[in-house]
Amino acid sequence: MTAPLLSIKNLTVTFPTPKGPVEVVRGISFSLGRERLGIVGESGSGKSMTGRSILKLIRPPGRVTADEMVFDGIDLASLRERRMRALRGARISMVMQDPKFSLNPVMTVGEQIGEALKTHRPMPRRQLRARVLEMLEAVRINEPERVADLYPHEVSGGMGQRVMIAMMLIPEPDLLIADEPTSALDVSVQAQVLDIIDELVRRNGMGLILISHDLGLVARYCDRILVMNGGEIVEECAARDLDKARHPYTRGLLAAMPRMDEDRDELPVLDRSAWAAT
Amino acid sequence: MNAIELTRLDIAYGPARVVHDVSLAVAEGESFALVGESGSGKSTILKAIAGLAPDWTGTISVLGNPRAHRPERDFARTCQMVFQDPYGSLHPRKTVDDCLAEPLAVHGLKGRDERVKAALAAVGLDRRFRFRYPHQLSGGQRQRVAIARALMLEPRILLLDEPTSALDVSVQAEILNLLKKLRREQGLTYLLVTHNLPVVSFLCDRLAVMRHGRIVEVAHVEALKTGRLADPYSRELYAASGGALQPA
Amino acid sequence: MSAVRDWLLDDSPASRLQASLGRSWRSFSALMRNPLAVAGALIILALIVMAVFAPWIAPYSAIGQDLANRLAPPSALHWMGTDELGRDIFSRVVFGSRITLMIVTMVAVISAPIGLLVGAISGYFGGWTDRVLMGLTDIFLSMPKLILALAFVAALGPGIENAIIAIAITAWPVYARIARAETITFRDSEFIAAVQLQGASSARVILRHVLPLCASSTIIRVTLDMAGIILTAAGLGFLGLGAQPPLPEWGAMISSGRNFILDQWWVATMPGFAIIAVSLGFCFLGDGLRDVLDPKQRDGR
Ligand SMILES: Nc1ncnc2c1ncn2[C@@H]1O[C@H](COP(=O)(O)OP(=O)(O)OP(=O)(O)O)[C@@H](O)[C@H]1O
Ligand SMILES: Nc1ncnc2c1ncn2[C@@H]1O[C@H](COP(=O)(O)OP(=O)(O)OP(=O)(O)O)[C@@H](O)[C@H]1O
Ligand SMILES: [Mg+2]
Ligand SMILES: [Mg+2]
Repeated sequence: MTAPLLSIKNLTVTFPTPKGPVEVVRGISFSLGRERLGIVGESGSGKSMTGRSILKLIRPPGRVTADEMVFDGIDLASLRERRMRALRGARISMVMQDPKFSLNPVMTVGEQIGEALKTHRPMPRRQLRARVLEMLEAVRINEPERVADLYPHEVSGGMGQRVMIAMMLIPEPDLLIADEPTSALDVSVQAQVLDIIDELVRRNGMGLILISHDLGLVARYCDRILVMNGGEIVEECAARDLDKARHPYTRGLLAAMPRMDEDRDELPVLDRSAWAAT
Repeated sequence: MNAIELTRLDIAYGPARVVHDVSLAVAEGESFALVGESGSGKSTILKAIAGLAPDWTGTISVLGNPRAHRPERDFARTCQMVFQDPYGSLHPRKTVDDCLAEPLAVHGLKGRDERVKAALAAVGLDRRFRFRYPHQLSGGQRQRVAIARALMLEPRILLLDEPTSALDVSVQAEILNLLKKLRREQGLTYLLVTHNLPVVSFLCDRLAVMRHGRIVEVAHVEALKTGRLADPYSRELYAASGGALQPA
Repeated sequence: MSAVRDWLLDDSPASRLQASLGRSWRSFSALMRNPLAVAGALIILALIVMAVFAPWIAPYSAIGQDLANRLAPPSALHWMGTDELGRDIFSRVVFGSRITLMIVTMVAVISAPIGLLVGAISGYFGGWTDRVLMGLTDIFLSMPKLILALAFVAALGPGIENAIIAIAITAWPVYARIARAETITFRDSEFIAAVQLQGASSARVILRHVLPLCASSTIIRVTLDMAGIILTAAGLGFLGLGAQPPLPEWGAMISSGRNFILDQWWVATMPGFAIIAVSLGFCFLGDGLRDVLDPKQRDGR
């Protein structure tokens, strides 16, 4: 087997507090080939922080330490901010969890997607516009011409997410980190958008880290799954074995999902004391 | 009396008309879901009811009173809204506490400390989050703050715009249980936008399916549970959610 | 001591008071950890101390002439030398700090709130309100500051109070522009919609929710503008329209020392140093404040 695309050893993210540092990610290790890796876990378990730390997007005073953080032979940990900026977007992209918040409120979405492409590959205006519209169409936006000229607050929640995805996919990165990329999309569009990402993985050999709390989705679109809780990886399994997961935490998550023919009066919630001791 | 009644509602943003001819009645105490295509105008309908999308024609009445085309002070105590994006809906320079106390201050209500604490407890947020800023919270924690804020004024009607889509399933379960309990105890009315059909099945009595700015079907939740939706687009959504279709 | 500290830094404060005290304490200690900001704060503190205790600090009177001792170079007797009328420059610089401090605070107190308010209202309401207010702002912006101030002083009559008013009137448009630009980036956001929905009046939304978001960039801009304000005041003084002689205003002192700059360099240079030191102090403090005022960069909870 060739060297992995991304390899991470003992990654820790700490935030200082007056009472001493708090670790929100506690020494996790994993590696990723040109494959699809899912990260699931409850809210606040450190999923987003893990994703952000790969791109070195943790704002100070947050601190990231790792024994090893290597992307395609490049040591991310020691990389200068300027080289990192060249890497971000072009080779590693991240779809943020907060789509509208991450967009510039005073620039139309078309301009912003164009900007994302232009900074990495200059091209004439006309051609740029065509590529932007093409990309919006690819993420299943109905009237790309109209939507390209809207400002972020004028697009719906789901459109905002798809704009973000378009922006991140347009430079065709080697690694895509998608943090809840489809949480605001209806199921049929969700499937279509994930299929586009999936195709890029297959065609270009892109690596994908899909962060989501939707276990079903992750099981469907990933090869391997990491289950996180309290900043640690509590379970790792192949996607198809997810329903056989043993950790009480994973089982709790599975049980908490409502079903289509729901008749329970109350959904079981996680009993957090069950594994907190371990 | 209906809690929310919309008749022949058209909503526009400038020259673009995004919602066409929507008529809908939500009974008091009912929980009604709006589902449908992304960009089909679901959030827009909630915003029009709240007064945030002022350019509409037709009628909107809430508990029998016609609605104005802007937010109103008295209306605030009847009806509140939870926004879709938990990252954009909290003021970046205000602590959780400021954010929850603000509606009380606006309406001159007393006992702020107790109410804020009670609201945090109700949405399952620990005490130590009370004086944090939004950027120190995860996505799910923010959404719980937003829900707590909507509950501060003890409204009779809640407009919920995808309240749980940013939450993981365990917190989603907690919030859904909470919403169900609140509704049972206080007789609240919900108008809920979601794209998660199982959530509809758990929480709602009826649903309307929207596409391209129009309602294509209004159905009882039993039809959803048994997979007997009639409209082709509803059936497509249902199938994409992994449901097994039955003849309508 | 440590009990008080623990109480201030409690991770889950029990009351609003404790939380806000803790927050101020943390801002303060964050500011104190920034060396430049400390330097800035010290300079400005020195300015204030100098202004308050001027009569005790200055060895001579600020206006007492000693024509026998004209243009004496710096010495043990006259630390900064004397000027063309034999007045002790050090004493004049010390007394001049009162005028500088007054000009700077008055201008900040008058123009920053006006600018903020105009900008926030303009950005928040948009439409014709925006057009009218910004048209007005642009008219002010399009004219050179000093000339506009000159016109106002000419109309109001010379004197330090009128100079302050004139400078304040010319300073606010920049703040209005900044505040408007910031307001526009978030006026459509959902956290503003949420407070509107809670029934808050427009005044409340602007004052409690919009302004705090514009305030920090304006504060930073104001501190950085201080040097310019001091210089404008000096320019007015030079033209006989600001501080009237024999008031020891730093700018006016430079202008009068201009004639001897080659042979008696200290006459113009000493007040110049004072201006540079104070301006730098404000800039450093402005920078430090920016780090502290932005909670995204502030550490701890
Ligand atoms: N600036 C900060 N200071 C202190 N704690 C922080 C800060 N930012 C985040 N945290 C904490 O770090 C933890 C992990 O956050 P993270 O955003 O990674 O969660 P998540 O797994 O993505 O959750 P969600 O599914 O809700 O988005 C949370 O408990 C959060 O409160
Ligand atoms: N302020 C605005 N100005 C112009 N157009 C707008 C504005 N807000 C929304 N729109 C348009 O209205 C349409 C409906 O938007 P809406 O937010 O209601 O969709 P939605 O059904 O909630 O979708 P989603 O599930 O993706 O959130 C979209 O085409 C959007 O571009
Ligand atoms: Mg997250
Ligand atoms: Mg929406």
